[in-house]
Amino acid sequence: MNEDLLVGVLTRAVAKGATAADGYLIEESAFSAVVRLGDLETVTHARDARLSLRVFAGRASAAASTSDLSRESLERVVDEATSLAKVTAEDPHAGLPDPQDLIRGVPDLDLADASPDETPEAKIDVARRCEAAALESDPCITNSEGAEYYDRRARYVYATSHGFARGYATTTFGISVSPVAARNGEMQRDSWYSTARKRARVEDPVAVGRTAAARVVRRLGARKVKTVEVPVVFDPETAASLLRSIAGAASGPSLYRRASFLLDRLGTKVAAPAVTIVDDALIPAGLGSRPFDGEGLPTARTVLVREGVLESYLLDTYSARKLGMASTHHATRDGSGVSVSTSNLMLLPGRATPAELIGSVRRGLYVTELIGFGVNSVTGDYSRGAVGLWIENGELAYPVEEITVAGNLLEMFQAVDGVGADLVLRERTASPTLMIGRMVVAGN
Amino acid sequence: MTELARTRPESFFADRFNVTRSLLERVLGSNLIGRADDADIYLEYRVNEELQLEEGTVKKASRHVSQGAGVRALSGTRTGYAHTDDISLQNLEEAARQARAIADRASTSGVVAVPSRGRPHDLYALAEPPLATDLARKLDLLRKVDGAARAADPRVTQVIVSLTSEEVVTLIATASGWTVGDVRPLTRLNVTAIAEERGKREIGAHGGGGRVALDFFLEDERWRRFAREAARQAVLKLRAVDAPAGTMTVVLGPGWPGILLHEAVGHGLEGDFNRKGTSAFAGRMGQKVASELVTVIDDGTIPNRRGSLNVDDEGTPTGRTVLIEKGILVGYMQDRLNARLMGMAATGNGRRESYAYPPMPRMTNTFMPAGEDDPEDIIKSVRRGLYAVSFGGGQVDITNGKFVFSASEAYLVEDGRVTSPVKGATLIGNGPEALTRVVRVGRDLKLDEGVGTCGKEGQSVPVGVGLPTIRIDDLTVGGTAV
Repeated sequence: MNEDLLVGVLTRAVAKGATAADGYLIEESAFSAVVRLGDLETVTHARDARLSLRVFAGRASAAASTSDLSRESLERVVDEATSLAKVTAEDPHAGLPDPQDLIRGVPDLDLADASPDETPEAKIDVARRCEAAALESDPCITNSEGAEYYDRRARYVYATSHGFARGYATTTFGISVSPVAARNGEMQRDSWYSTARKRARVEDPVAVGRTAAARVVRRLGARKVKTVEVPVVFDPETAASLLRSIAGAASGPSLYRRASFLLDRLGTKVAAPAVTIVDDALIPAGLGSRPFDGEGLPTARTVLVREGVLESYLLDTYSARKLGMASTHHATRDGSGVSVSTSNLMLLPGRATPAELIGSVRRGLYVTELIGFGVNSVTGDYSRGAVGLWIENGELAYPVEEITVAGNLLEMFQAVDGVGADLVLRERTASPTLMIGRMVVAGN
Repeated sequence: MTELARTRPESFFADRFNVTRSLLERVLGSNLIGRADDADIYLEYRVNEELQLEEGTVKKASRHVSQGAGVRALSGTRTGYAHTDDISLQNLEEAARQARAIADRASTSGVVAVPSRGRPHDLYALAEPPLATDLARKLDLLRKVDGAARAADPRVTQVIVSLTSEEVVTLIATASGWTVGDVRPLTRLNVTAIAEERGKREIGAHGGGGRVALDFFLEDERWRRFAREAARQAVLKLRAVDAPAGTMTVVLGPGWPGILLHEAVGHGLEGDFNRKGTSAFAGRMGQKVASELVTVIDDGTIPNRRGSLNVDDEGTPTGRTVLIEKGILVGYMQDRLNARLMGMAATGNGRRESYAYPPMPRMTNTFMPAGEDDPEDIIKSVRRGLYAVSFGGGQVDITNGKFVFSASEAYLVEDGRVTSPVKGATLIGNGPEALTRVVRVGRDLKLDEGVGTCGKEGQSVPVGVGLPTIRIDDLTVGGTAV
């Protein structure tokens, strides 16, 4: 039925003078419950739908979207987009993908949980148990920003004016908790989470609560260190943020705008040989998995960096044509049209345990949290606020804060000195522990 | 879309969705009043247009419509919230039942919300909102900006110009019988320039806007200034040296560097974190948290500003809230929920990204009033330090007070003189301490150009900041030059 709605919209666009059109429909429902200090704080129910549309007038295009799926509103959206397309410039690279390349059979990636829904009370109880476990873990934990349980069901449909229409459904379940610890007038907050496509794969809420507790308690007593150049070990969560920066620089739109530090580097060494980065859209039940991209093209496993050499960019149809290449099927639909995104992005694991990596450092920093936006995607210059633990003689000695780590992403990836064996796909972007030979840590 | 601007919110929702004031009162009355401490219904209709010029041609034109309703029931510290993008009586009733379920699980606190009263402001009535302006005029503006940025310097190789215009119609009905609407225009012109020289590339960006008409960009050729600034910044950075690393004196230029206030103290003074006791400023009311040179104000009533609102997203008229007065913490920013629980007055800071979220305390326009020093004298007073005039984003950990903000244009100061430009660097400090080390405040207060967007718990809202030139001693600069 929703396919019909979307196809109807595209048919109207053609009737109004568009030469081609494609569209994406997302329908979702979501539930969330927040418990704080044992009491229910917020319950949210949501039901949303959004139709986004791209219309071509020859080689010119325009985009539109609406959350109002009434017939009258859809007609207005089509008409507006079609007339907008007539004012944009002709662009020889604009257009739909070649129909031959569109996906035929949609593989079942096991992205939706078929088990029956639970009652709100049962869901609230999951959040309650998660927070209670954190609060009970340590007497220093005196307060909390709460624990949240959430679930979301979504259905995606892609269609083109050539009569193509395919869809798939996903579910997401998750818990997160943010305990607050205090000692001697100092207060710290940290958090932990678990999220999965299947309810049964979400980690035990008690374990999540205890991990959050351990993370916040180890921050107590944090100090600043002197400004120094040392080896820096990124934990899996912070290492994953480095991968996101690499993916941003490897994405088509940054490349054709010449706004990327990976420009003209295809086939060259951009990282140490220990670094292999893969984007795999086909992992069963993966949080970033998708059978086809935002332009209906079948997805795959893409090696971005193989043993330090940049092997592929991340491209949609438009940016690929601009660059004289082929789409890597990484299109995504966002609020304002088509862009590029990763699916399950991973740095493949090495052999060392995190303890071995830390143990190899005489004096350095173990980073557990990064804050701020100090990444220049054009030059790779990197400078962010950091929280973590100071390493003395191969041991985690004491917590540190109010410091920054700085370098340049290209130099940092070239200087990767150790890759952990601890890759876990906790999110759609994941990394094992990563050790970088030298970075500047600024403090006192 | 001219019909949006010319209509009153009440008749807009009545005409388009058959949702009248009496219907809203009925949904509230039959489902929520008497069963909760407070309740409200928020209706929203939003149209957004984005035009983008790249490589000298219009590459992107898009138009987006979003609409929906959020129904909220509050009992004690509990909030039930349900939203739907289908505004109909049946869906509103269903949302009200879902929101109420949480209230039914708790006993009401007995502390009933104080009704929001006072007249809404009239801060941004526009003869012609940008959304209604002829497309050809907007495209012409984009082309002129593109040409000016390219003409500014031969090293500029790539220019991206975008103009986004939005109009939001809201109607808020509360359990206390107060129904109020607002029509909010918002526009922003943004210029990004990439400059190249001898294989080096750099990026510069500038922009601005507000709750203003398109003519705002034409006044005094503001558009040309934006274009030149973006180009100048990109070219300047081509010769930037490594930023210093370590603790030093920092001079912040006027205007957008006011992001310091937003991160260092603003978030920490939002009511929710203080009620929960999770802010580094919790329990410090009346105490000294800044030097006596420092006063910080949040003001949602400045005409046509990006962060201004006639009423907040709970229907409370916005106000001017003094947060810090001559160094002493004197005020928090409150929404209705936290004001009620803390026994304080709502300050008109209850904001939400859209109907899909419940409101929470948020900033509007946050600034430091001017001091007495000559800005040049402030720079002359520094032997060795950093002079930062433009910033990217910032972030704060509310609980331990540590904040960062990243300089995108900064210079070394050597013997009282501004010397080499330095590469971008993150500045880090501790909120409750940093402002105690403000030792000079200039007389040159400037509000930012109208570019700020603040994110909190996944919700983005437009905000403004303002600052005179100030000198802060002992701030940590996260460069690479040891």
